[in-house]
Amino acid sequence: MTELFGLPLETMREMYRRMVLIRHFEDQLYALFLQGMVPGTLHQYQGQEAVAVGVCTTLRPDDVIFSTHRPVGHFLARGSTARGIAAEIMGKADGCAGGKGGQMHLTDISMGAMPSNAVVGANIPIATGAALGFQLLGQDRVAVSFFGDGASNTGAFHEGVNLAAVKDAPVIFVCENNQYGASTAISSMIRIVDIADRAAAYGISGCVVDGMDVLAVYHAASEAVEKARRGGGPTLLECKTYRYSGHSRGDPGGYRSRDELEQWRQRDPIPQMRTLLTKEFGMAEADVKSIEQACQSEVKDSIEFALNSPEPAIEETYLNVFAEDK
Amino acid sequence: MSTREMTMVEALRDGLRVAMHSDPGVFLIGEDLGIPGGFGGGFTVTLGLAEEFGHSRVMDTPISEIAIIGAAVGAALIGMRPVAEMQYGDFVFCGMDQVVNQAAKMHYMSNGQVSVPMVLRLPVGASARGAQHSQSTEAWFMHTPGLKVVCPSNPYDAKGLLIAAIRDNNPVIFLEHKLLYGGKGGRKESSSAAHVAGVPDGDYEVPLGTVSVKREGSDLTILANMLMLHRVMEAADVLASRSILAEVIDMRCLVPLDMQVLITSAQKTGRVLIVEEDNLTGGWGADVAARLNEVAFFYLDAPITRVAAPDTPAPSAPALEHEYVPSVERVIEAAVRMMAG
Repeated sequence: MTELFGLPLETMREMYRRMVLIRHFEDQLYALFLQGMVPGTLHQYQGQEAVAVGVCTTLRPDDVIFSTHRPVGHFLARGSTARGIAAEIMGKADGCAGGKGGQMHLTDISMGAMPSNAVVGANIPIATGAALGFQLLGQDRVAVSFFGDGASNTGAFHEGVNLAAVKDAPVIFVCENNQYGASTAISSMIRIVDIADRAAAYGISGCVVDGMDVLAVYHAASEAVEKARRGGGPTLLECKTYRYSGHSRGDPGGYRSRDELEQWRQRDPIPQMRTLLTKEFGMAEADVKSIEQACQSEVKDSIEFALNSPEPAIEETYLNVFAEDK
Repeated sequence: MSTREMTMVEALRDGLRVAMHSDPGVFLIGEDLGIPGGFGGGFTVTLGLAEEFGHSRVMDTPISEIAIIGAAVGAALIGMRPVAEMQYGDFVFCGMDQVVNQAAKMHYMSNGQVSVPMVLRLPVGASARGAQHSQSTEAWFMHTPGLKVVCPSNPYDAKGLLIAAIRDNNPVIFLEHKLLYGGKGGRKESSSAAHVAGVPDGDYEVPLGTVSVKREGSDLTILANMLMLHRVMEAADVLASRSILAEVIDMRCLVPLDMQVLITSAQKTGRVLIVEEDNLTGGWGADVAARLNEVAFFYLDAPITRVAAPDTPAPSAPALEHEYVPSVERVIEAAVRMMAG
């Protein structure tokens, strides 16, 4: 079999590889953090891999994404190197932002990954502006804004989504509803069950997507992206998902039950996809294992690379405050 | 290049027109900019531009300051050159995250991978509208690394600085004093100090990072911007009649700031008086005074002195506002006191 659910095997393999890469990268980074080797803070993506990979697989190289304080998944899904990300998080010279960004502020313009944004909701109007730019230039590129459930309660969400709606901006709003804004359950902060319902208030399409199913995300995102490219305006995708980690470093997650976590883990996107590849596609176990081993090697290599990378030169502190004159 | 008499509004409009003609990436975004039958932005600066350039490039938005500034940031990130307008400078605080955390930091945080070439136009200054429509906001932005801050006092500078700001590769905060607009028709301010000036028709730039010596003198240096520059020039005439020769410097660009011109003048006159419409505490004058003190202290014959608005919100009643905004008389008094000291 070479195609399943309208997708070629090669695409499915690559989606699986990227999800495994994200999971393994984040797990190894956490191990490093526990050894006291990661400066600052960590916001991790384990559990949400299907969202980043499902969405980014639908994009062209000339599209752009706007990520959050939890950016590793989006960047690896977009094709950024694990080396550049690891070194950035470790505060090293070879980081994708030279060590000046840090864990929450990754940038990889070569992959269309704009500076990730650590102010909740702030990237929503910014992604809208990029989309308006594409529209003004007569290009069929799209912008994607990733944000969490908590961001849907900010003023930036309201203003950004509404502006995109009235201008038919080619932007896709991907709400990753991982159920909690830091320690606060989203169910206690909104009166509705589905954030996607808010789309109706702006006169745009909105839909709820199973964020633990990478194919469901892929298909919903494909539809939204194609619609935006055709001039059909923005879509709000609410991907229901879960973060296995705490909100950030030092958060043991005491506000949620072990049962709840276990229930979500039952629906983990990675084993689901693995089963699909082996059972439906008939991929050999050894073939799948080789993907997983390659991911492990890549992560190991990236961490060694980051550890061996030099500290940024001190004079870097003073560079890039202002862009050069034309 | 032929020259025409223009008010500041006309000069700014002409600057936008020149920049839009020369670069298709330049577009305007804000409230009420191009609505047919509307008023061309808060103070008529964009009047007629939608008819000339189309409603895509003169983009009207909802009343959404976060979205206006945020969208400008996003468009700039993909290489456009947006010019965003706040209807009143005071409203920028609704979108301050987009200015301070987003526009200002993107170039640095990305290690130079992206830049944010945008202009944010802010009508500022007291004009009998009360505390939420009167502030001079330059110090808020001067404090934020990554932003350039421009504040012209006359039509020639306004046009040339605006064109330069649009072509600059950084976010530029562009302040326009309401009493200097001199707008035609119904929006002309009753207490306007505006005048027309000869402004070249075509394309020219006044470089950012420059101040301008408006009057030479040997007894004291007076630094001022926007409306205050005009009050200071008036005061300088009176002072000259009393044999006090003031050197007046127009602080038309606060970031980057050409400190050398200020230092040279302070060395020459030995006295520096700073006049600003902002509140006294933490205004731009406080920082300039501190910097001059560090490098020119031994040339000074008197303490650096500030004349500014008091530390109160701007009152609305004309009688009270008159007390709030530094007057020609206060400038003269301060200068005379410094000379006596």
